[in-house]
Amino acid sequence: MVSSTDSHPGRVLAAIAVGGALGGPARYGLGLAFPTAPHTFPATTFAINVSGSFLLALLVVLILEVWPPTTYVRPFLCVGFLGAYTTFSTWMVDTDRLISAGAWGTAAANLVLSLVAGLGATALGLSVGQGIVTRRSSREGVSAEAGAESETIGGRR
Amino acid sequence: MTLLGVAIASAIGAPARYLVDRLVASRNRGAFPWGTLVINVTGAFVLGVLVGMGAHHGLSKQAVAILGTGLCGAYTTFSTFSVETVRLVEERAFGKAVLNVGVSLAAGLLAGAAGLGLAQ
Repeated sequence: MVSSTDSHPGRVLAAIAVGGALGGPARYGLGLAFPTAPHTFPATTFAINVSGSFLLALLVVLILEVWPPTTYVRPFLCVGFLGAYTTFSTWMVDTDRLISAGAWGTAAANLVLSLVAGLGATALGLSVGQGIVTRRSSREGVSAEAGAESETIGGRR
Repeated sequence: MTLLGVAIASAIGAPARYLVDRLVASRNRGAFPWGTLVINVTGAFVLGVLVGMGAHHGLSKQAVAILGTGLCGAYTTFSTFSVETVRLVEERAFGKAVLNVGVSLAAGLLAGAAGLGLAQ
């Protein structure tokens, strides 16, 4: 995800670093709190990746379409926190280790379930976000219509 | 102390992901999310090496946690991979969505296995 905030590249990187400094330890802490035995389904990483996908999808809609524009919220929460909270490399290496241990069924389940649940959680997050957008625009219907009208007039000029 | 190390390593991994994504995106103007793919595959390789060194060459549990769970975990991302894939589906770019999933998984698994094998 590329942010369009070129004006303060150093501060954007700092916001991402602070978000990462919280997201990575959150994942590590959950791994310590809910350890999974070797050669079994890595349920903790699965839950982290699925919940993080839902939250990222929801946040992207809220940030782009509901909340007032900000410079550092997306780098901090989306790129930093949720990017670091979820992980792709552990998903792959866990699956590799399940394969080399001969646990083919668990390896396949880890691949397929993570993928399906991750994409499903993302679609759910996007539609929950869109639901919030729709409710807001129907509540502010009059002002939204006025805005659309002035945009059309502006376009004709 | 390990938690602090994981935090510092994650504070390096996450901005590194952002910079690599921007670098790759600046060279590819199409809709395909090459940046995240490159990040996730390279991160899976490095994590494979680290986990392999932990299992076979005595790399400490603390070092594997900081560099593997912290640095590689924060550098790679599942959530962005998911959102980018669903976005491709929404844009009806079904071929690209399937390609993104297929190449990410195949190359990610191979890269992780190569890293594990290298450190054996």
